[in-house]
Amino acid sequence: MPETVIKVEGLSKQYRYGVIGHGTLYKDLQSWWARVRGREDPNIRITSDIGPGLDGEWFWALRDISFEVQQGEVLGIIGCNGAGKSTLLKILSRVTIPTRGSAKIRGRIASLLEIGTGFHPELTGRENIYLNGAILGMTNSEIKNKFDEIVDFSGIEEFIDTPVKRYSSGMHVRLAFAVAAHLEPEILLIDEVLAVGDVEFQKKCLGKMDAVAKGGRTILFVSHNMAAIHNLCPRTMLFDKGELLLDSTTDQTVSQYLNRNLLEGATASAEEIETRMEGLIRKKQPFIRFREIALLDESGFPRKSFHSDEDIVASIDFECLQAVHDLFIAINVVDENAVPILTTLNFDDPHVTESSHGLKPGLYNASCVLPANTFGGRRLYLTIHLVYLKTEHLVVNKILEFEVMFKGYNNRHGVGSDVFVRPQLSWAIRPGRREGLSSHKI
Amino acid sequence: MIETDEKYEKWDLVIQPRRQWFELHLRDLWRYRDLISLFVKRDFVTFYKQTILGPLWYLIQPVLITIVFTVIFGKIARTSTDGIPPFLFYLAGNVAWGYFANCLSQTSNTFVRNAGIFGKVYFPRLTVPVSIVIINLMKFGIQLILFLGFYFYFIASGSPIRPNLLVLLLPVLVFQMAVLSLGSGILVSSLTTKYRDLTYVMSFAVQLWMYASSVVIPASSIPKRYLPIYMLNPMASIVELFRCAFLGQGVVNVVYVSVSWAVTLVVLFGGIILFSRIEKSFMDTV
Repeated sequence: MPETVIKVEGLSKQYRYGVIGHGTLYKDLQSWWARVRGREDPNIRITSDIGPGLDGEWFWALRDISFEVQQGEVLGIIGCNGAGKSTLLKILSRVTIPTRGSAKIRGRIASLLEIGTGFHPELTGRENIYLNGAILGMTNSEIKNKFDEIVDFSGIEEFIDTPVKRYSSGMHVRLAFAVAAHLEPEILLIDEVLAVGDVEFQKKCLGKMDAVAKGGRTILFVSHNMAAIHNLCPRTMLFDKGELLLDSTTDQTVSQYLNRNLLEGATASAEEIETRMEGLIRKKQPFIRFREIALLDESGFPRKSFHSDEDIVASIDFECLQAVHDLFIAINVVDENAVPILTTLNFDDPHVTESSHGLKPGLYNASCVLPANTFGGRRLYLTIHLVYLKTEHLVVNKILEFEVMFKGYNNRHGVGSDVFVRPQLSWAIRPGRREGLSSHKI
Repeated sequence: MIETDEKYEKWDLVIQPRRQWFELHLRDLWRYRDLISLFVKRDFVTFYKQTILGPLWYLIQPVLITIVFTVIFGKIARTSTDGIPPFLFYLAGNVAWGYFANCLSQTSNTFVRNAGIFGKVYFPRLTVPVSIVIINLMKFGIQLILFLGFYFYFIASGSPIRPNLLVLLLPVLVFQMAVLSLGSGILVSSLTTKYRDLTYVMSFAVQLWMYASSVVIPASSIPKRYLPIYMLNPMASIVELFRCAFLGQGVVNVVYVSVSWAVTLVVLFGGIILFSRIEKSFMDTV
């Protein structure tokens, strides 16, 4: 019967917004002296009597988490940003302590919260292997035994006696991961390390993780990469706002995650749009006004995550307050720096040109299908322009954020997924040289 | 009851909110001894690689300061040096003080300087200050050889100075300085996580402390009335003892040495208590 190696009971972690303490020794001493004399603290915040100010506000990064992990399990952990995944790993790796509850651990635990920790640029690769290994908890003799293996895995033998500061970032990552991969703790915590390195190396890493797991060791794997989670973890936990929502098979958890992700932030209300709006607006007598912007799946359900083989429908609800002619609507898909990746206009479609001509006052919905098999696996944002004549130009920049999970074509999962646009195009490979050329040569 | 006890025993590690006041994890520290030695090696190698003169700096620094002191205090201000050749007097003070001051100012940075790495990986935080105290030992050794060089030169050229049996206490003195600087360093480093102002105070506090530690003005020049207060400063006794051992002059007695040790131990335990409190939660405050 497999042994329980991690037992987490009622684990909670509370953080505080803003600055802790007064920050200066003088004020703290003043407060302390006032308390000693039984006077009122001169530095107490007046606002704290009235209501909770931002300064002293607490929030729970983790709330009452309980779970157990058996030896040899590979457990996936998913959730949105700020769901508490990293906090959990930080507590398990002893970087910080819980506020309540406990975590009991059997065996040695090591984390890859961020690889390459403690690398010193002046030291050579060799020296850094020893240093980094020791920081991660290996003894000198352990590293000595594994040294050749580590160097081999990293694939940078020639540069092993070069100072790390002359390494490319790729080499840096390779070396760092090689050390970490040879830690051989009983329990390994991994947080998103696979986001770095080239595809070849990522494969190597996933292979290594698989081997580690098969060797009977336990892995906790935090990732946003659903494909990797699917490949590696039979069981996955879903976190949301510090709570453990679901602890089940990976299939169930991932679909729950995709379904949930959905509602929150999949639509933008009129108020949200209002606060984000830029551009030329005639405040007194606006002609047009946004009501809602949403991203929908094929069945009309608002979502935030899509598979690359699904159509994505961008939907804009707007209101015309007066009769409007030649309304111009643009949908831009942009990256996080607001650099456009794709632009589409309502006037591009000859069928729509008619209907945009004369709009009577009232509510309207404009929608556009971003066809399946267009995007790669990146985080994308939606920017909307609404232009009426030269007088009104409403822009909402990056109003919605969405994520595309690249499915791959012809069952080749994830190859070349780390791009914005990844359409399926037609190819041909024929014997000989290109047509005009081959006839010429013969 | 027995069953739960048994269950509790089986876990290798129990992570929970802070309970005890005093958690040192000495066993952990021992398990990570390789890390300490690697930190020492790293600091040594990087110091050597980044500078042109490398370890020569260890020699130039005390000699330059000693020359300055000799000129200003010995020749111009003409403060007492207990009849010892001024150059040797100041060099002895500087070598001893230098070790302490370096350890202190470096260990007092522990948390702030290593916030990045502490935030990602767990290892006993004490490894960092301990390794600093050790690396400076190497530096101290080099400087001690320098001092001995001048020392024998002065003896050979006829100065009436002779070492005495107190020299045998040298390892104890060095150990006490290590303990004291570790203690005060981790005390300050724990406080700086909360009071950043202390970082700025530190550099000149160390300077001021030097003037109160017999490096420049011997304890024999301190008015008798104030001497007991003056000797509460553990470094004053250490520097006096160090100088007395080699140069035969200094205010040394059992009471002052005991007081010095008592203060040293109080500082060390105070430091450890604060350090162990801070090390677990400081990631949330930095």
